[in-house]
Amino acid sequence: MYAGPVQDLIDELGRLPGVGPKSAQRIAFHLLKLPKEEAVRLARAVIEMKERVALCARCFNVAEGQECGICTDPRREHRVLCVVEEPRDVVAVEKTHEFRGRYHVLQGAISPIEGIGPDQLKVRELLARLEPEQISEVILCTNPNIEGEATAMYLARLLAPLGLRVTRIASGLPVGGDLEYADELTLGRALEGRREVGA
Amino acid sequence: MGLYRERGIVLRTIKLGEADRIVTLVTEGHGKLRAVAKGVRRTKSRFGARVEPLSHVALLCYEGRSLDTITQADALEHFRAVREDLGRLSRGLCLLEVVDSVVQEGDDDPRLYQMLLGALRALSAGEVPLLVPAFFWKLLAQQGFRPSLDACATCGAAGAEALEAFDPGEGGVLCRSCRRGTRITPDAVALLRRILGGDLVGVLAEGASPAGAELEHLATRAIEHHLERRLRAPGLLDPVLSLRREGATAPARGRGS
Ligand SMILES: [Zn+2]
Ligand SMILES: [Zn+2]
Repeated sequence: MYAGPVQDLIDELGRLPGVGPKSAQRIAFHLLKLPKEEAVRLARAVIEMKERVALCARCFNVAEGQECGICTDPRREHRVLCVVEEPRDVVAVEKTHEFRGRYHVLQGAISPIEGIGPDQLKVRELLARLEPEQISEVILCTNPNIEGEATAMYLARLLAPLGLRVTRIASGLPVGGDLEYADELTLGRALEGRREVGA
Repeated sequence: MGLYRERGIVLRTIKLGEADRIVTLVTEGHGKLRAVAKGVRRTKSRFGARVEPLSHVALLCYEGRSLDTITQADALEHFRAVREDLGRLSRGLCLLEVVDSVVQEGDDDPRLYQMLLGALRALSAGEVPLLVPAFFWKLLAQQGFRPSLDACATCGAAGAEALEAFDPGEGGVLCRSCRRGTRITPDAVALLRRILGGDLVGVLAEGASPAGAELEHLATRAIEHHLERRLRAPGLLDPVLSLRREGATAPARGRGS
């Protein structure tokens, strides 16, 4: 245990994802040694972000203001929704430049073993968008792990009676990855989703 | 430091630090085991996808002071048929949750591994309507909770016909005059007797029945009674049940356009 303010900071840092007590201590002492203006810059960045950035009221992506830049962009195709788990997945899909529709960020994935159900995610909010926005296609772009697959199958079942097109991204091999390093499940699915090559 | 080989089924994983995971498994030789898988969350990790819940894996581990470390994992079975069907996945995850919450770490009864592996293989091979209730009751029996079925758990009155209620706190079925807890039908008592009395194969070959549904409900209540909390997985992947929990209605409306 350390003197008041240092221990307070260690406790706060220790609450961050992926930061254990040892790392929290290391970061705290690093900040202690930092010139004051650098530490203040970090503190300001946190405050600034919390004051200016929130979740988009429509898609739950990060947004400056009421709605995010994608939702307010008139050039985006508005009848196609790409459903992702986290805002960072929006960034990943945007980098492909392949998708011109809009997003819906679930803020997580269903995990029955951890007790995370559709109620804790933005599933109701997704359903509420479909009719007013006249959504015709939903692309399920959740992670290719068990929680992501469970979430995609759940949503596919939930959306099935609503008469819109529901697709799931193909789970293939990572480009630049080594076939030898691919796990068997991914490899099996990639083989299943193979295309004709040549004419 | 001892190096050892193991086979196991992954029950759950939790994030540890930046790139590692703590993996909970049911193994052949070490029973329920927790071990650290290093670097599995990096995209280039060779065995990241193999140490996911529901995977049957062959492991190379070394003993650590508090937790053992998994250094290598090879997939033995993925149970794809379970993963890729919502209903089966939901049941598979129920089995994992129940094993994870009921079995204590260090319980090295080799039957646990055999039971779970057998159950997942059966689920993978086809529809087995009575799998979940049979598994739940077998697990309760393995854990030492084997309900009395031939005589009233309170007064000892014999005669299977007279047994009318089930109370997990009393440890079994109760006669008419002692009854409390949940009502149990003679069909369910008969089915439970077969599950615990050596006719498991016969039971698993049967179709869905009201007695089966009743036993699944009672087993869930019994497990929750012992855990002193609700199970999470049952119903969570059901599109109707899951969103109804907070009183909202599932979208039954059709789209007019
Ligand atoms: Zn938005
Ligand atoms: Zn009695």
